[in-house]
Amino acid sequence: MRGLVELYTQQFKTTTAMMFQYRASLFIWMIGQVLEPLVYLVIWTIVSNGSGGSVGSYTTKEFAAYFIVLMLVNQVTYTWIMYDFEYRIREGTLSFALLKPVHPIHSDIADNLSSKLITLPIMIIIAVGLAVAFHASISPPLWAIGVFIPALLLAFLVRFLMEWTLAQAAFWTTRVSALNQTYFMMMLFLSGQMVPLVLLPYPVQIVATILPFRWMISFPVEILLGQHTPVEALEGLGIQVAWLIVGTILLRFVWRAGVRAYSAVGA
Amino acid sequence: MKSPSIHVQNLRKVYTVSQQEAGTAAALGSLVHRHKIEIAAVDGISFDLAAGEMVGFLGPNGAGKTTTLKMLSGVLHPTTGEATVLGYIPWKREKPFLRQITLVMGQRNQLVWDIPALHSFELNRAIYRIPPDDYRYMLDQLTELLGLGPLLHKPVRNLSLGERMKCEIAAALLHRPSVVFLDEPTIGLDVTMQRRIRAFLTEYNQRFGATVLLTSHYMADVEALAKRIVVIHHGKLLFDGDLSVLVQKFTAHKTIEVQIGDCQADLNQYGEVLSCADGHFTLRVPKAETARVTERLLADLPVIDLTVEDPPIEEVIEMVFAQESP
Repeated sequence: MRGLVELYTQQFKTTTAMMFQYRASLFIWMIGQVLEPLVYLVIWTIVSNGSGGSVGSYTTKEFAAYFIVLMLVNQVTYTWIMYDFEYRIREGTLSFALLKPVHPIHSDIADNLSSKLITLPIMIIIAVGLAVAFHASISPPLWAIGVFIPALLLAFLVRFLMEWTLAQAAFWTTRVSALNQTYFMMMLFLSGQMVPLVLLPYPVQIVATILPFRWMISFPVEILLGQHTPVEALEGLGIQVAWLIVGTILLRFVWRAGVRAYSAVGA
Repeated sequence: MKSPSIHVQNLRKVYTVSQQEAGTAAALGSLVHRHKIEIAAVDGISFDLAAGEMVGFLGPNGAGKTTTLKMLSGVLHPTTGEATVLGYIPWKREKPFLRQITLVMGQRNQLVWDIPALHSFELNRAIYRIPPDDYRYMLDQLTELLGLGPLLHKPVRNLSLGERMKCEIAAALLHRPSVVFLDEPTIGLDVTMQRRIRAFLTEYNQRFGATVLLTSHYMADVEALAKRIVVIHHGKLLFDGDLSVLVQKFTAHKTIEVQIGDCQADLNQYGEVLSCADGHFTLRVPKAETARVTERLLADLPVIDLTVEDPPIEEVIEMVFAQESP
């Protein structure tokens, strides 16, 4: 355990040093992180205003709150592991990871969390600015804020495990971008990034609830917007934990098979 | 001999490669049916290395050197055969095993490109859980032996190829591995830097008693570093033994350098004239006749200087590969 803490600390220092080398691209990346939810926010504000100040159960102000919280949740849970993994396997640098006496996922989680920690304060400032500009209405009960934190962490872990597992498709095919595209499209639609899930047709809502996407992004947002009763919130956390377990088992299984495939063909 | 540090028995690695002829028709055909062939990159090799031994692993491109090193360091699974390194089966990649070995790949980098190497060193310290005192000791040793002092704080991307290689080697040795695999550690480096790295490897081997197996294209590397060499070609073991024995075994000729006044004389009756410049002849003669030819040369001609040499090691190796080519 102490070894892992040491590893995470050291990775944090390395990631920080790297990020300061890439200040410009970091800035551009953050613009992207803000822009996407902002586009949906603007669209839904127009739609909502055009139809008398609300769509379904969402008022214009609630749309604003929804997309601003979603921006922060997406920022915390976002990963770039699918691109990284493809590169590692194509360039053969994965071999170095295989030589190390630590599972490579630790360095990846530590790297991801470190860069989030550095960018989060700026994102929060942007979020507050947007909340003022769009008159976002948000007044979660106190308990919801307490549940939001574990929900957000679980969302991060579930998304990380799923995408880390999916990234390993690169072990078997050199063309993973098609798979990535499909995944991102499903994510966009079923995680609530484009539309709040309650506004989707009921069958689609059921699909979104069965699949893991909702639990990676939408659920923490719903919690903070006070859309759930305490019992529903606890159920949700339970489902997230279940996905965490499924994700861990899946990851171990796929990783083992992937390494076997990699070490069979060489790199 | 005590139990070997590295034991390899009938190790074999077969790759399946899909082949495709040129042309559109062939491309369309390959959609339906892929023509697959099997290539044995390593084809049943066996050898042992004692603890602390330093062995050169020789062979042309594609001989199976890298594949072997990757199997022994656990990155690749063999198709058949067995191997143990420090008593572990490498491809099980057990943590105690990984903590005791390292693989340096001359053409790949593990250092983080955009930041100083020291950051990568620190990261390896955490990954290998090197105690602080040991880390400081090794860092001092490596800094001294490789002259890393001024390099550690520069971003890796700003280092020259040779400087980067020195940092790569240091990063790979911080955890003081007792088995070191080096794949072309001097590739692309200038002669001075090659020499520097060679001197370092010898020193590391002696100071820490590490078992070292290295591959190289540069014969000078192998000559300087390893008494014993293992030669592999088309995945098969051609020779395993002392470098001097290899020269004895595979050379039927010696080279005689003889200096006389000018290049006018015809020396073809003494042996095959390879070249002449400024009265400096190079003759190739069958090994058995060396003494007799030398005697005749000295008797017949106004010889200023005469030396008898084994052919350069490159030539010997070339002959080895030429003889055994299928």
